Amino acid sequence: MAWRKVKSILPAGSYYFSGNEAITEGAVAARCGYYAGYPITPATEILETISVRFRETGAVSIQMEDEIASICSCIGASWAGAKAMTATSGPGFSLMQEGIGYAVMTETPVVIVDAQRAGPSTGQATRVGSGDIMQARWGTHGAMPIIALSPWSVQELYDQTINAFNLTEKYRVPVFLMAEEATAHLRERIDIAGEIKLFDREKKPGVAAFGTEESDGVPPMPIFGEREKLLVTGSTHDAYGIRKTDDPLTQEKLIGRLNNKIVNKREEIIEYEEYHLKDADIAIVCYGFTARSSLFSVERLREEGKKVGMLRLKTLWPFADRVISNVGSRVNRIFVPEMNMGQVVGEVVKYTSCEVVPYNQVNGEVIQPNTITEHLRRLL
Amino acid sequence: MARDLKQYLRPGVTLSFCPGCGDRILLRLILRAIDELKIDIDDMLFVSGIGCAAWIPSPYFNADTLHTLHGRAIAFATGAKMFNPKLKTMVISGDGDLADIGGNHLIHAARRNIDLTVICANNMNYAMTGGQVCSTTPQGAFTQTTPQGNPYRPIDLCKLVQAAGATYVARYSVTQRFALINSVERALQTRGFSFIEALTPCPVQFGRRNQLGAPADMLKSLVGKCVMKEDAENLSSEELKGKIITGEFSDGCG
Repeated sequence: MAWRKVKSILPAGSYYFSGNEAITEGAVAARCGYYAGYPITPATEILETISVRFRETGAVSIQMEDEIASICSCIGASWAGAKAMTATSGPGFSLMQEGIGYAVMTETPVVIVDAQRAGPSTGQATRVGSGDIMQARWGTHGAMPIIALSPWSVQELYDQTINAFNLTEKYRVPVFLMAEEATAHLRERIDIAGEIKLFDREKKPGVAAFGTEESDGVPPMPIFGEREKLLVTGSTHDAYGIRKTDDPLTQEKLIGRLNNKIVNKREEIIEYEEYHLKDADIAIVCYGFTARSSLFSVERLREEGKKVGMLRLKTLWPFADRVISNVGSRVNRIFVPEMNMGQVVGEVVKYTSCEVVPYNQVNGEVIQPNTITEHLRRLL
Repeated sequence: MARDLKQYLRPGVTLSFCPGCGDRILLRLILRAIDELKIDIDDMLFVSGIGCAAWIPSPYFNADTLHTLHGRAIAFATGAKMFNPKLKTMVISGDGDLADIGGNHLIHAARRNIDLTVICANNMNYAMTGGQVCSTTPQGAFTQTTPQGNPYRPIDLCKLVQAAGATYVARYSVTQRFALINSVERALQTRGFSFIEALTPCPVQFGRRNQLGAPADMLKSLVGKCVMKEDAENLSSEELKGKIITGEFSDGCG
């Protein structure tokens, strides 16, 4: 089995961390062996704290010349056998898109943290936003399914960083941790368990590195330096990495598998939480920091006897289509508050026939519980 | 003495360089150096970008190869080498790839003096996309995108990489066969960043538009143009006009 239990590097107990520190500790716990990054607000503290922590643990970290070099060097390190991670924010995330596509095409495990800030462009570097949800899914040309997680607390930034490493190693697909400035810079108490479960990529000597019998399989991943004579390329390739750049069948087969290996496994990848949904007339569908405000609002309205519930998406991609469809069939309305001009709301509309009401706030501030409560009152 | 260089080629692949392409000669010279040093090719990692020269290791070399994004080969190589320093890592790519789109990574890898060997096949244009101007195209030269002649001066890659702090820096033409083989050997033995600019003729895309004649004529003209650094010291600037100075510019001692 590729799963193993390991001791946490930090002693079990309670800690008071910022979100960025929790991401660093999550990477340390997950045995991340290589980190490359470039300073950018609000993700810089990850690079800073990893530079210190990796020296202590013996892992490799480097500050590269830009975000393009950061993602590319992570992919190189991943093929050299490392669990690899980079972290950035909007502008750097945009620069990484070509490298992300390369990781998708070469099925390279890599964790990418995006501490989202208010955009577009330089926008408000120190203020919050969640404007990169669609970019995570569709940002690279010829976009293929990836996995994107949306943590809502410092605790979850730690837990989901570990989860991101496990998912990327298991499915050989880039995994995005869609943090937000508000959680990256938040300080909270978190609990660290003494033992954690890690997934290590499967290696089978001599086996094709880019193809499986099943049309939705994940091939074992060999690494450099083990006499495998690997051919790794971002061009369309057969199961052994041989470039097949004008063969329609190879292209169709490869792209089909890259799609199916995530889409067909979405039920086992997707995580979500339901609050007060059983008898709800209105459901809030939310994610990230906005889910904190939403829950506060839902609980206040419940005290008044209002039938309001909430679905929190812990996994944004692959999208929880069946869950949304199910919630939509049970409630009258779905309310989707977001710190962007409406990204997840479009997906919600796709999979439900009930009324869907968006709320978009893009002023660089988190959506306050009062704002959500006010809007819900109008809908009730 | 005939050498069995075929052992280093991936079985089942056929070389698909254009007729007269210098990259084919360069491929052979690199393998000669590896063979000479008796390096186990399975201990090596070859990284390339996008373009004609990027095909030299991938798919042709029967070893671990990473065929990457346009311009980013050195960044990929940096990650692999940093995580596993035992991988003897060589980057082989073209001038457009390493110097134009990837110029920043070249500078910073040289600055870090990371233990990579970078071989830049300089054919003075973007050949794979059909012969466009690039940063190494001589001033006045005709390309698909400079129909009136290139208005800009070419960059001196060796000076650039040397200034950035590389340990070993050399320039040779594929016509200077033994010097180039020796240079690749020295680069592979260098601890730290080693860089070789290998001048390679591109008759199909570059020669054709500049009336440089048949492939053999281009090779002959390269022979005539290349002057060893030591000889160049005794030549006047008038005599050096149109010449290409070759040799070792940083000798591996840092």
